[in-house]
Amino acid sequence: MDEAQRVNVGGSVNGARFEREVEPRLLLSDFLRHDLHLTGTHVGCEHGVCGACTVLVDGEAVRSCLMLAVQAEGCEIITVEGLAGDDLHPIQAAFHEEHGLQCGFCTPGILTSLLPFLRDHPDPDEQEIREAISGNLCRCTGYQNIVSAVKLAAEQMRK
Amino acid sequence: MTRSSAIGAATRRNEDHRLLTGTALYVDDVHLEGMLHVAFVRSDYAHGLLRDVNLSAALALPGVIAAYAADDLGDYWSPGPLLVPPPPIERCEFRSATQVPLAKDKVRHVGEAIAMIVAESRYIAEDAVALVEVDIEPLPPVATTEGALAEDAARIHDQFDSNQAAHVVQEKGNYETATANAALRVKRRFRMDRGASAPMENRGIVAQWDERCAELTIWDTTQAPIPIRNGLAHMLGLPETHVRVIAPFIGGGFGPKIMMFYPEEVLLPWAAMQLKRPLKWIEDRQESFFATTQEREQIHDAELAVDSDGRILGVRDSFLCDTGAYNPYGLTVPINSQCTLLGPYDVPNYWSEFQLVFTNKPIVTPVRGAGRQHGVFVMERLLDLAAAELGLDRAEIRRRNFLPPDAFPHDHEILYQDFAPLVYDSGNYEPALDKALEMIDYDRFESDLQPAYQANGRTVGLGIVSYVEGTGVGPYEGARVTVQTDGRVCLATGVGTQGQGHFTSFAQLVAEPLGVSAAEVDVITGDTSHFNWGTGTFASRGAVVAGNACYAAALAVRGKVLATAAQALEADESDLEIEGGCVNVRGEPDRTISLGDLAARANPLRGAVTPGTEPGLEATAYFGPERGSTASGVHAIVLEIDRETAQVDILRYVVVHDCGKVINPMIVEGQIHGGVAHGIGNAFYEELVFDEGAQLMNASFMDYLVPTATDVPHIETAHITTPSPLNPLGVKGVGEAGAIPVGALFAQAIENALGADAPEVLEMPHSPNRLFELLQGDPDA
Repeated sequence: MDEAQRVNVGGSVNGARFEREVEPRLLLSDFLRHDLHLTGTHVGCEHGVCGACTVLVDGEAVRSCLMLAVQAEGCEIITVEGLAGDDLHPIQAAFHEEHGLQCGFCTPGILTSLLPFLRDHPDPDEQEIREAISGNLCRCTGYQNIVSAVKLAAEQMRK
Repeated sequence: MTRSSAIGAATRRNEDHRLLTGTALYVDDVHLEGMLHVAFVRSDYAHGLLRDVNLSAALALPGVIAAYAADDLGDYWSPGPLLVPPPPIERCEFRSATQVPLAKDKVRHVGEAIAMIVAESRYIAEDAVALVEVDIEPLPPVATTEGALAEDAARIHDQFDSNQAAHVVQEKGNYETATANAALRVKRRFRMDRGASAPMENRGIVAQWDERCAELTIWDTTQAPIPIRNGLAHMLGLPETHVRVIAPFIGGGFGPKIMMFYPEEVLLPWAAMQLKRPLKWIEDRQESFFATTQEREQIHDAELAVDSDGRILGVRDSFLCDTGAYNPYGLTVPINSQCTLLGPYDVPNYWSEFQLVFTNKPIVTPVRGAGRQHGVFVMERLLDLAAAELGLDRAEIRRRNFLPPDAFPHDHEILYQDFAPLVYDSGNYEPALDKALEMIDYDRFESDLQPAYQANGRTVGLGIVSYVEGTGVGPYEGARVTVQTDGRVCLATGVGTQGQGHFTSFAQLVAEPLGVSAAEVDVITGDTSHFNWGTGTFASRGAVVAGNACYAAALAVRGKVLATAAQALEADESDLEIEGGCVNVRGEPDRTISLGDLAARANPLRGAVTPGTEPGLEATAYFGPERGSTASGVHAIVLEIDRETAQVDILRYVVVHDCGKVINPMIVEGQIHGGVAHGIGNAFYEELVFDEGAQLMNASFMDYLVPTATDVPHIETAHITTPSPLNPLGVKGVGEAGAIPVGALFAQAIENALGADAPEVLEMPHSPNRLFELLQGDPDA
C-alpha cells in the first residue's frame, strides 16, 4: 500500500504508550497481535461471534476483530497481558483454582469480558454469569467451571 | 496452598499460568524475521473440471512474492498418504482416494485448495486471492449420502466405477436363524447429519527453512507432530533428524487436527524451502468450515429382535457413511459406529454391513466421538422403541440386557478400528445405571414430577441412556523422564496436547514415584526435537497410552534413584524412601540426599564408572496395549420443551461415568463437561447445512450454532471405578465420552416430554426448527 495512505495512530496499551503508522484497514486485533506483539489476545472467528479477541477499550469490553486499529486513536487499551501484577488478578487466580480453562484459547477474551461485568455486578447470580459470558464461545469446558470461577472471583474481589 | 499431586488428586494445572497471562505460545503467535504470509484460492464449486488457473494478475500485485497452482509443484505434487488402512476384516472391499495438495484437473468439494499465494502480509495475500482467475466447468455434484450410489450419480473419482469407497460386513452368530422366533422386531431408518469440530483456534502452520544448517522447523496445530515430521521428511527428501515439528499450545483439537497431511501442511514447508523465507498460514473461520475435516453423516436401516422379556436376540444394521470427497482416514469412523452399537449389552447375534461413499463435500475424519455417537443412537433408540412396544420400563430393558460383571473380558467376535478383536476388558454397568436413576430422581419423575409439570402446562421429559466408548487404542507411545541437577524432573513425551491437561496429569504420574510435587515436573509435549517416537493424541488415548509410558519411565528412574542413593548413603535400597525431593534412610533423618545431588552424582565429570553404567537419572519407556480399554457410562436428562418456540431448556443433566482409575478427577470432570457441551451442540444446535449443489449454507459462527453458556446446563457427575486390566495404571480414556450419548438422550427425552402421541425422533441433530416441524405433525418435512 502507498505510504501516503498510512495513518498515524497513538494510544496506550496496558499503560504503555504506542504510536504507529498503519493501514486504515488494519484490524485492531491484528495490530495488537502482529504490530505490538501482544499475542495473548486471540482471534477465533474474525466476525465478532466467538469473543476470543475481546480487549478493554477505555474500560469497556470490545471485540478487537470488529474494530480498526485507527479507531483506537487516543484510547486506553487493556489486554490479557495487562491483567496480572506481581500476582495473578483474582479472576485469573479463580480460573486456575476452579479449572475454568482447558486449551486456553478462549480464556483471554473471557477474562477481559469479565472485568467490566464484575465491576458492574459485584455479586452476580449464576444466570447473570451465564448471560455475561454467553458472548464468548468455549469448546472445551462446557462453561460449568468458568461459572464456578466467576463466582469465586466475585467473592474474592468483594473482600 | 500446598496440594497433593498424588495420582488421583485434583491437582491444579501446571499449564494455567501461561494460558491465563497470555504468554503461552500458539502457532499464530510465532513471529520470525522476514516472515511471509500465505492465503489460498479455494474452489467455489463442489464438483467441476479445472480448466485454467491464471495467476498473472495476482503475481503483478505489489507485495506478492509467489503464487503456485498444482502444475507449479512439479514432482512434489502427490496425493496424501492413506493414514489408516482397513483392518483385516474378511468381508471388506476398500478403495482409497486421498486428498491432493492443490486441485489438478478437477475440484471435488467447495473449499478445496486450488492455488497458494505468498505475500508480504496476509492482507496483500488475500487481495491477491481475489485477482486469481479460475476457470471451472461445473459437473453435477453428489450432494447427499444416498445420492452417491444412484445409478446416474456423477463419478467423483474417475478411476472408480462408482462412488462406493468401501463395503464391509461384520457378523457374529446368525441373526436370521437366531431371531426367527423373536417376540418382537423393531426396524427403523435413522439419520445423522454433519457437524463441525469447531475448536476455538483454527488450524495454522509456520515453516522456517534454515539453509545453512539444512534444517526445517515447522510449528503446526497438529495432534500428531511425530508422524507429521516423519512424513514431511520423506516428502521433502530430508533426514528426519533435520525436520523439527513443534505442536505448541493448541487451541482445541477434537479430532480434525490430526488429519495429516492437510494440503497446507504439505505446501508451506515446501514453499519455505523454495523461497528461503519463513512462511505463515493461519486458517480463518470461514475456511475452517470447508478446509478442515468434518464428520457425522450416516443413514442406518437397523432392526432389533427381542424375546418377550425384552432380551436382545440380535441386531441387524445396514448403513451408509459419507466420507466426503476423499477417504484418507480409511474405515475408522464407520467401524467405530459398527462396534459401538453393541454398547454395554449382551448381543448374541449381530449382522452389520456398511458402505462408505464419496460425496462432493469436505473430507470426513474422526470428530470427538468419531462415529460412536451413531452406534449409540441406533441401539438406544431401538431399545426405547422395543420397551414401548413391550410395555417395559426403559431403564429395565437396559438393565436386563447389560453384560454382567462376570462377563469380562467379553469378546464381541468382530474387529475394532484398532485392528484388534472387539473385546471389552472390564465393565460394571448396573451400578452406573442405578446411580444415574437415583441422581435424576427417576422413580418420582413419572409418578409425581412429570404430572406436576403437566398440571402447570409445562412439557417436561426425562431421558436415560447407556453407552460404551472404546478408548486408549494402540499402537504405542513413549516418554522420557530425567531428574535434573536442580532437583526438578523433566518429562518429555511425543503426543501433542490440545487442552487435556497433560502438563499436569502426566506430571502427577511421574511425581508420585519420584517423591516430588507435580509442580516440580516440567512436561514437554509435542516437540519432535525432544522426543522421537509416538503417534499422536486421538481416540481418547493420551492418559491410557502415553500416561502409562510416563509412569513406566518414572518407575525406571525411581530404580536408578534408589540405586544411586544406596551407594551415596551406604544403605540398603530396601531401607530407603523418597519424599519431598530427597531420598532418606527410613528412621534416620540425618541420612538424606536430594534428587538434584543424586542426579549430579549419576553424571560424573571425572573418574571411572562401572562398565555398563548409563549416565544420569534418566529412563525412556514405551507402552503399547494389546488392545483398547472400554469405558462406559450413563447419561440422564430432564428437559423442557416450549411448545410455541420449540426451544428446549435443559433442567437437569446427570453423568455417571466409568473410566477406570482416575489420574486427576478435576481434569476428568472437565473433559466430561466439555464433551457433553459438544454433544448438546451435536444433538440440538449444530448442523452443517448443504444445498443441492453441495454448497455449505452456514459457514460462520453466526449461522452455525456452537452452544453458549446459556445453552449448556450445570452437569452433575458421579464416578464408578472399574479398573482396566490392560494397563498398569488401570486407566481408561475419557476425552470423547461426554459427547457420545447425547443425541440418543435428547431423542428419548423429547419423546417422553411430548407423551404417548409423540412423533418418533429418529434423527440427529435436532433443532428448534426441526422440532417445530415434528410438533406440527410433519415428520418428513
